[in-house]
Formats: sequence, structure tokens, C-alpha cells
Amino acid sequence: MSKELIRLQDLTVEFDGERILDGINLYFNDHEFLTLLGPSGCGKTTTLRIIGGFLKPTSGTVTFDGKKVNDVPPYQRQINTVFQRYALFPHLDVYDNIAFGLKVAKLPKDEIKRRVSEMLEIVSLKGYENRSVDSLSGGQQQRVAIARALVNRPKVLLLDEPLAALDLRLRKDMQNELKRIQQATGITFIYVTHDQEEALSMSDTVVVMDKGRIQQIGRPEDIYNEPKNAFVADFIGESNILDGVMLQDYKVRFFGRVFDCVDKGFAPSENVDVVIRPEDIDIVPPEQGHLVGTVTSITFKGLNYDIIVEFKGFKWLIQTTDYHGVGSVIGIRLNPEDIHIMHKSEYSGMFGDYSSYSAEYDELTEDAADEEAE
Amino acid sequence: MKKRNNAVLLSTPYLLWMVAFTLIPLGVVAYYALTDPATGAFSFRNLKDLGMYLPVLWQSIVYSLASAVICLILGYPVAYCIAQCRPATQKFLYMLVMLPMCMSFLLRTLAWVGLLQDTGILNSLLARIGIGPLKMIRTPGAVILGMVYNYLPYMILPLYATIVKIDHRLIEAAEDLGCNGVQVFGRVVLPLSVPGILSGMTMVFVPSVSTFYISQKLGGTDTVLIGDVIERQFKQGNNPNLGAALSLVLMLLVFVCTGIMNRFGGDSEEGGVIV
Repeated sequence: MSKELIRLQDLTVEFDGERILDGINLYFNDHEFLTLLGPSGCGKTTTLRIIGGFLKPTSGTVTFDGKKVNDVPPYQRQINTVFQRYALFPHLDVYDNIAFGLKVAKLPKDEIKRRVSEMLEIVSLKGYENRSVDSLSGGQQQRVAIARALVNRPKVLLLDEPLAALDLRLRKDMQNELKRIQQATGITFIYVTHDQEEALSMSDTVVVMDKGRIQQIGRPEDIYNEPKNAFVADFIGESNILDGVMLQDYKVRFFGRVFDCVDKGFAPSENVDVVIRPEDIDIVPPEQGHLVGTVTSITFKGLNYDIIVEFKGFKWLIQTTDYHGVGSVIGIRLNPEDIHIMHKSEYSGMFGDYSSYSAEYDELTEDAADEEAE
Repeated sequence: MKKRNNAVLLSTPYLLWMVAFTLIPLGVVAYYALTDPATGAFSFRNLKDLGMYLPVLWQSIVYSLASAVICLILGYPVAYCIAQCRPATQKFLYMLVMLPMCMSFLLRTLAWVGLLQDTGILNSLLARIGIGPLKMIRTPGAVILGMVYNYLPYMILPLYATIVKIDHRLIEAAEDLGCNGVQVFGRVVLPLSVPGILSGMTMVFVPSVSTFYISQKLGGTDTVLIGDVIERQFKQGNNPNLGAALSLVLMLLVFVCTGIMNRFGGDSEEGGVIV
């Protein structure tokens, strides 16, 4: 059904000896909405610039429709870009900005006119033809930038944090708008963002990047529910990440207690990272809890409360719709499907605690290690 | 309210300066221009006498425009290249462009006399390879050369300042939309350089049109400029009234010319970038 359009193979980029991209292997399907997600400096924009042709990789190949395109300049690629902060031409009005690519391609005048007004309709900017781009609001400029790229009917549209400069409400509207345009046109969208919510709600496929490497590729649900390492678990949503030991398939021990879980295929007694999402935790009376802890802070978030609960010195984030005052003692239960097990990685121990590790917790893990040794 | 008081206070020294050295002298020029040299009474006689200087005025405009255009042709590629360099290199090249301006204007012009004159350095070099002597000094070409040589930095600097500010993403956007190198230049870089071109043209044209030293040293009897005529009225001619009238007309002319040039810039909001 969907065929491969772009492939990046062993892509490496270095600037002044610094490695910006480190062995990227990735393919993009036709008609797909794919998002490159990661913190600033993770290499996502660099990857996009290589696809656009603005940057040549230090090593590795880029193929487009089966042909190697490493040395093809941007103006010969069937790709258009919506730039960060739009990069509209200040000396041209809205019409001429959108018509720019068509005029360069020397299309007949009446076709240019027809396609530009069609595009103005799609981005709801009819009547703005002769306005100067400086007189437009951020959201309007953004739509001109999208129209200017889409009017050329590219095979691929690259979007570099296109919504970053907009306020929250407008951003939500534009997310829906972009998704609608992508589905209506069937153009492949490659979208760069550092906003995980944006990535999850718009994409068919999410590629999580950090330190110039791909950390995980998958559908939004898979990325959220089955994060591959502590970095992904922390970057996508909130996560409590604990040290644990996988005793056997479906059995994991942490906090000195054995829990049932749904994961298997780990080595016996492998040290693992255990992820527990704050919204998955059930609060019960203390006597019924797997673990008992004390609430140390509570923050009202609108939809829910964020409470920080201390279990033997280790602080968890729990999201609940019920109020639990500071100092109250609560119990928690963890269902097997709420417990996600990950292999240890270079990110282990860097994320997922909501206070610093306490001495008590260190003791606890030492105890566990001792028990294991016996 | 308080802010406005501060602004007035801060600009007072300059306002006083401007009144003392610009407005009052301008009034004096206007007074002389409109006064009969013999009787000292109010008169348009000086302005009526200007007719005979129209050819000289025209010649001054043609020479100055020519030098401004040549400066643009020479200066634009240089300014463009400087703007593409790394910041440290940019600073160095910028300094090189400024360097001739550290030397006295009179000396720079005199040096050309030594180079261009009939028995000068260039002609003696040419004689050795069997060419010449060529008549170089006291020609229109020599005068325009003097203008270009002296005022070229005034073209390069505003051009550089404009080009270096062009957002690189606009160039990428043009490439993205199908422009090759030449098209990027024609459709984006050049239109966005217009403010710099206009201010460079103005800054070369204005001093060129009123110069007298360059034409006196490098020009001949047929390359008299309006600046020479004005100078002559005050010195040999001993007719400051006519000189003042000529100055007044020249000033109006410069206003009109720069006005026309800036009108070409149309709606570009940046206006002239003055460095």
C-alpha cells in the first residue's frame, strides 16, 4: 500500500569534529506523516536539512525514489520546506510569496493565478492577496508559508518547528489544520518538533532522537506505551523510572517486592529500568496498598492533581483526580499492565525520579542486591 | 512626560549646534542669494543670472551619476563577497575598505595627478612598452576616476551593511522553491539590497556633484563642475551673491535627486541605511 520514498543510510554529520548525527538509518513512506522528535541539539533539524538538500552529510547516503541524491541541490528536489519562523520574502506581498515557486518554474500566468487562489482558499486567506507579509499575524504568516510550499505540489513537505512561534490556542487549531491538509493532499509530511504532545497527536510515525542518534521509531501509541529506554520514557510524557531486577518472565522485583508484569524475554536476574506512568497508578487505602507512602506536595493542574508521594525516601509523581492533602498516608496498587520494563541504557539513572535519590533508597537497592547475592 | 523632557534635554547640544552651524548659515546663504550685490536690496537678479550655468550644472550631474553607477558596479560584488565571509574576515575586509579614508582626501587626489599626468608614472611606464603617451589628465575620465576613487567606500559600506543583514533562510527558501544561484540573486538578494543601493548612490552622488577639488586637479577647462563655479564666485569672481544663489540651487537639486532615487525604493520600509 505505502511505498518507500526516502531512505537515509548510515548518515553521519560532523561540524568542527563534533558529531551532530551519528549513524542515522531511517526510511520514509509515501503519504506518511512522520515526526522527528527530540530536545534541541538532538540532530532533528540537521536530518531535515539533509533531506531538503541544504546540508551534505559527512558520510552515508540519501536516496529519493530509489536514486541517490546526496549531491542534488535543493532547487532540483521535489521537496518543499516550511521554515522555522516562516522565512517569507519581505519584499513581496502574500500573492507573490505564494506564487514564487510557480513563477520560477515559469508556469502560464492563468495557471499560477488559479493555483494560488486555490491555495489561499485552503489556508483560509482569501482577500489577503495584496497584503504585505509584515502586516500579517503569526498564524497568518504561518499559513502563507504552508501555502507557498504546498502550491508547488511537492512529493514531500518538510516542516521545521512550524508552530513553535504561535500561542497555545492557535497551535492546537493549526495542528488540526495541518493534519487535515496532509490527509487531503496525500503529501508526505516530515515534521520536526520538540513538543511531544504535538508529535503524538499528529503523526503516523514518531522518530525520537537524542545526541544525534535515533532512540526509538514507532507509532505514537507504541512510543508512549512501550518506551525503549529511560530517555524516551522521560521525554514522552511523565514517568517514574525505578531500578529493578527481572527475576524471570513476567516477574520483576523493585522496592524490595516482587510484582507481576506483562514483559518477558529478559535475561534471568537482569538489572532493568521499570517505568510507571503517573496516570496509571491506583490510589487505595494504606492497608490495601502494594506500597505505602506519604504525600509531600500537591499541585492542581485543572484536569487532575499532580501529587508527589514519598516511598521510603524515593519520590514518585502520581496523577489523580482526588484530593490528597500534604502529609496524608496513601497506598498504591500497580496492575501488571501498568509496569513497563526496559533494558538498562546509557540514560539509566538520569531520568524519572521526582527528587534526588535518597540515602534510604540506596540502602534499599543495596539490600535487594544483597538478597540477590544470597 | 518626564521621558519627553529627558529627550529634549539630551538633544539640546545638537540642536544648538544645528542652529548655529546649519540653520543660521543657511539663512545667510539665502539672504545673499536674494540680495542685489550692488545695492544690497532684495532682488531675484542672482537667480536670473543662473541660466548661463545650466550646462555646467548638467555636466556635474552627469559626471556624478556616472561615478555613482561605476561605484555601484565595482562596489556591489565586493560588498556581497565581504558579507559572505566569516565574521572575523568580514571585520578585516571592512577595515581594508575603510583604509583609504584614513588618508587625506587632498593627498589622495594629488597622488592621481602624479600618476596620470603627461609625464607621469603611468605614461613613462607605457612609453617603455612603446605605447603613448596617452592623454589621461584633464579629461572627463580622469575627473570621474577621481570621484570613484575617493567615494567608493561610501558605496561599499552601506551595501555591505544591507547585504549582511539579509536573512540566510530567505536564500534557502528561494532555493527550496526552485531557484538556482542566478535566480536567487535576481529574485531575492538584489531586491532586498535596494535600500543599500539607494543609500550608496546617494552617498556617492552628493559629494561628487558639489566637488571642486577633484575637477580642478584632474580636470581641464572643459570639465568645469558647478562646485568650481561656486568657488570662483567667492574667490576670483568676488560675487558672493551669485555664489550663494548657485549653492542654493545646487542644494535644491540634490534634494530632488535623492528624493527621486528614494522613490524608486518605493515601499521598502527600511529606507536608506546610512552608515
